Amino acid sequence: MRRVLLATAIAFPIGAAGAAGDAKRGEELYARCAACHALAYDRVGPRHCDLLGRRAGSVPGFDYSPAMKHSRMIWTKENLSRFLANPMGVVPGTTMTYAGVDNSQERADLIAYLGTANCNKR
Amino acid sequence: MSSFLSIPDPMAARRLFLGRSGVLLSGAAVALLAGRDVLAAKAGDSKAADAQILNTALGAELEAIAAYQVGAESGLLQKPTLALALQFQGHHKEHADVLAKTVQKLGGKPVAAKRKYSFPVEGLKNEADVLRFAAKLEQGAVSAYLGAVPLFGNRDLSKAAASILGDEAMHWAVLRNALGENPVPSAFVS
Repeated sequence: MRRVLLATAIAFPIGAAGAAGDAKRGEELYARCAACHALAYDRVGPRHCDLLGRRAGSVPGFDYSPAMKHSRMIWTKENLSRFLANPMGVVPGTTMTYAGVDNSQERADLIAYLGTANCNKR
Repeated sequence: MSSFLSIPDPMAARRLFLGRSGVLLSGAAVALLAGRDVLAAKAGDSKAADAQILNTALGAELEAIAAYQVGAESGLLQKPTLALALQFQGHHKEHADVLAKTVQKLGGKPVAAKRKYSFPVEGLKNEADVLRFAAKLEQGAVSAYLGAVPLFGNRDLSKAAASILGDEAMHWAVLRNALGENPVPSAFVS
């Protein structure tokens, strides 16, 4: 798996990591995630508050795919951008069966918004 | 939006996607939702990947059914709106039913409804709150199906997912209209 992640990291440049994200625009874009995700509670996908810096597959009680659980990935801005660009390519076997967010600015905006989502704030 | 393709050649786009996602296409034209089971049985390596995509959609549909139930039982919906909510819930039940059957036909195990769902019920104080909550879920469903359509190895499943996408988009538009918002805020969905 480590090799897969490394290969993916090489194949997909960081893109959004360097771009300045607009959290307000990110909040609007987050509506796209609303079929499966919420900030404060788990749904089809896990909660997103306090996501940055969290280890992938680590929300207690959430039923992750084995692929995500064992990805050994930390949700840094860079990793998040790569994952959002191509979820199934970065973590083959993920249950996030979504083609991805192609636009690097949109990814940066989403990540900026997610960076504001604090589980205590709700 | 100037073009649907960042790459002018659709075949090149297809090759790029396959290279990126690792999804394998069998080349077999399977039509489970059209009832062509014999062809479906001949499908190859992409069946498991397709079943996973459908299972994720099924999980979201089951949650939507539960969400509409919360709305219906909230006592906040007036008669015509309640009827609409129950109609939309019925659509989600139909989606869930056909998705579960298709997952099974592909050799997968359909996900079951959770015993308990978390919904922001404390924020639902009136009919508009319930409608806004439902509209948000429907908008998300449109995006989720849009993100799933290009992933299927079996194009008939893409067509079926697009059909569900259209239904979710109608739900979203009707709910926005009921809220007094522009029902169709843009020419494209994303």
